[in-house]
Amino acid sequence: MGAYFASLNFLDFLGRLPAAAAQGLFWGIMALGVYITFRILDIADLTVDGTFATGGAISAVLILKGWTPWATVGAALVLGLLAGAVTGLLHTKLGIPAILAGILTQYALYSINLAIMSFKANTAISSTTRNMVMSGLDVNGSLLVCGVIVIVLIALMYWFFGTEIGEAIRATGTNQEMSKAQGINIDRMKVLGLALSNGLVAVAGSLSSQYSGFADVNAGRGSIVIGLAAVIIGEVVGNAILGKKLNFAGHLAFVVVGAILYYVVYTLILWLKMNPNLMKLFTAIIVALFLAVPYLRSRAKSSFAKAGKNSKKMEAK
Amino acid sequence: MLQLKNITKTFNQGTINEKHALNGIDLTLEDGDFVTVIGGNGAGKSTLLNAIAGVWPVDTGSIVIDGQDVTGLPDFKRAPLIGRVFQDPMTGTAPTMQIEENLAIAARRGKHRGLAWGVNNKEREEYKERLKILDLGLEDRLTAKVGLLSGGQRQALTLLMATLVKPKILLLDEHTAALDPKTASKVLRATDKIVNEGHLTTLMITHNMKDAIVHGNRLIMMNAGKVVLDIKGEEKKKLTVEKLLHQFEVVSGEEFASDKALLS
Repeated sequence: MGAYFASLNFLDFLGRLPAAAAQGLFWGIMALGVYITFRILDIADLTVDGTFATGGAISAVLILKGWTPWATVGAALVLGLLAGAVTGLLHTKLGIPAILAGILTQYALYSINLAIMSFKANTAISSTTRNMVMSGLDVNGSLLVCGVIVIVLIALMYWFFGTEIGEAIRATGTNQEMSKAQGINIDRMKVLGLALSNGLVAVAGSLSSQYSGFADVNAGRGSIVIGLAAVIIGEVVGNAILGKKLNFAGHLAFVVVGAILYYVVYTLILWLKMNPNLMKLFTAIIVALFLAVPYLRSRAKSSFAKAGKNSKKMEAK
Repeated sequence: MLQLKNITKTFNQGTINEKHALNGIDLTLEDGDFVTVIGGNGAGKSTLLNAIAGVWPVDTGSIVIDGQDVTGLPDFKRAPLIGRVFQDPMTGTAPTMQIEENLAIAARRGKHRGLAWGVNNKEREEYKERLKILDLGLEDRLTAKVGLLSGGQRQALTLLMATLVKPKILLLDEHTAALDPKTASKVLRATDKIVNEGHLTTLMITHNMKDAIVHGNRLIMMNAGKVVLDIKGEEKKKLTVEKLLHQFEVVSGEEFASDKALLS
């Protein structure tokens, strides 16, 4: 036990934090996408596991073809928008439940992602490539660039969801009957929201592959859970710090904070020399716990068990 | 303003739960008609309003609003012509959004929604003035989330939203039934005011016979998916609950089947 603690170097942990923050930043973009579907549209969209890898794959392949890395982010965005729209159309035009529509698109994307990479499971981007948007070889530079991208995206989202059409998307997510009565085409709003969400996720996938230097067809596996974890951690922390003062921009900012915190914890677990393969188990437990909190809180106030206890107490008197 | 011709609707056709909800409705509303709709449970009152609103397609017949045949249009495409207030106070408003955002969404009913700001300062002032009509103090709470409001407040807000863009026809589906008596009468007063000032063509379902007699210039009674009574003008002014019940028994050959209507 003593030897274990002696082997831990706290400075080493601090040294790993910038890289954790950089990862947290591009996963934060992914989580912003999840926020659009999960919180604004009230849909659990599983397409993202596919679109994250799509973004990475298209970027890697195009960079190898000589594209400017920045332009490949745009290409990832377009593919992400399309994939999200497909899920939206499966859901609204063919009546497939949203969660199943997302699973179908994600499943199809696995083949498409492989096809993009000429049917290889991964594609390495030459480390000598210049002008990458972000790279693990330059962590501080990556932090700066990705930080700016995140701020611009949050500003854009704040603006967009304050416009007439953004308002219509939010209304669709919170009350469909009311939205229809007010003349909103809720099918169109769902498709639009799903497209935007997956566009952001693909951008995150593109940045991720540039940062790590390779694209992998499995890069997005389980990313929905990481995105949800970021959204939920961000909400809990945001509410604890700002409480009722937390406005929409604050919510978005704390989603990214949540993603960064997630990667700080991840780094901590690696530093503690725990098996990183257990991280998925921990993440799932954390997400399940936080998702359960509102339900458990309401049960603490009123439940059959409590009512039964009260009744017995009364009889005892 | 509204012409219904031979509207029929059967739910669960061909199953054991088959229900002929509307059995050939013919109804014409003149511009400015304020029609109260009464009838027992399952008479087809709500179904009639849903048919007009376009919640689902009708089986036969035609629906013409202000000269426009809307029979083939879904609800959100009819919305520019129609204002709706629902029985459940939760249905008509978006709880996670602010009062002013809800109103702004309603102010754009039937208009193009683009990338302009969702709420602008000019309309905020207008909303304050309109909210004062309700007399609920909402004019000072423009940025409060609607989910924090009481059922009565939400219903009054829905009423305002339904009429912010002047509808060709206003559909009120027992919009005070879920409220306590005091709030209900407040919302009904606001309804009268808004309908009369705007000269709105209105269909109002109510379970309360007295309300049905006091409000509006015309009264229809439904039974088994048909309009069985249609009373307007001077004749309506002379109506009493007893006369109405008697007429119902004569027309339908059975007793009025809703205790709630008699007791309230």
